[in-house]
Amino acid sequence: MPSLNHFLALSAVLFTIGTAGVFLRRNLITILLSIEIMLNAVNLVFVAVGRQIGSVEGQIIVFFVMTVAAAEAAVGLAIVIALFRQRETLNPDAFTSLKW
Amino acid sequence: MDLVLFYVFAAVTVVASLLVIGQRNPMYSVLLLIGSFLGLSGLYVLLDSPFAAVTQIIVYAGAIMVLFLFVVMLLNAPREDPPLRTTLPVSIGGRPLRVGAILGLLFLAEMAWAVWRVPARAIGGDAQTVDTVSSVRQIGVELFTTHAFAFEVTSVLILVAMVGAVVLAKRNL
Repeated sequence: MPSLNHFLALSAVLFTIGTAGVFLRRNLITILLSIEIMLNAVNLVFVAVGRQIGSVEGQIIVFFVMTVAAAEAAVGLAIVIALFRQRETLNPDAFTSLKW
Repeated sequence: MDLVLFYVFAAVTVVASLLVIGQRNPMYSVLLLIGSFLGLSGLYVLLDSPFAAVTQIIVYAGAIMVLFLFVVMLLNAPREDPPLRTTLPVSIGGRPLRVGAILGLLFLAEMAWAVWRVPARAIGGDAQTVDTVSSVRQIGVELFTTHAFAFEVTSVLILVAMVGAVVLAKRNL
């Protein structure tokens, strides 16, 4: 039976992969996907600790995190569509008009 | 047996996530992320949380990823053109990739240190805990009594997100 540390270590690895994706990728949609990976890593921690303390609170928090992730993905993708209409590219380096 | 299953699902999740951030075609990234979610769903089942497992498939793989696919196909999302063509991406990708890879490994080392400082705790297996955690009825009771306000607020949140998405994606803003 895997211990809690196994799940925490896996979640740490997933969170690192998500963070690396956000910083290293030059495509807006892949950046949003990496944010989803990070959210899933956190969900795993919630469920694992909830199982460990024998409470359903972990799954309830995961329920809310998934709802918020859905709302954020919808709005984020709408922003991506609006940005794509302006510059015809998904490279975040093309949107530098706020840089000084 | 559980440990073997854990490693199988963990391997699926980690490999799929690595391929998500490594793929140049965003369509493949979305499909690989669905594979990663399937691995995570298996891990939730291992943790005696079938509600979380099924919700993950229905909401994440079934709704959010479909939304991503719609947008990828609507925009005809172009492949990005970074110079990650060779077998040594760290040395070819340029300075940002090298620095990013080193920082990423440092971050992973720090998190691994934080995780392994926690004294090893086994996940207890008595039947009553399993029954409490895996009972959807218990989740419903808690969700609609203790967390009823948060539940109603998330419905407002979804409404706001829907209106926002429609307005932001309009052709003439």
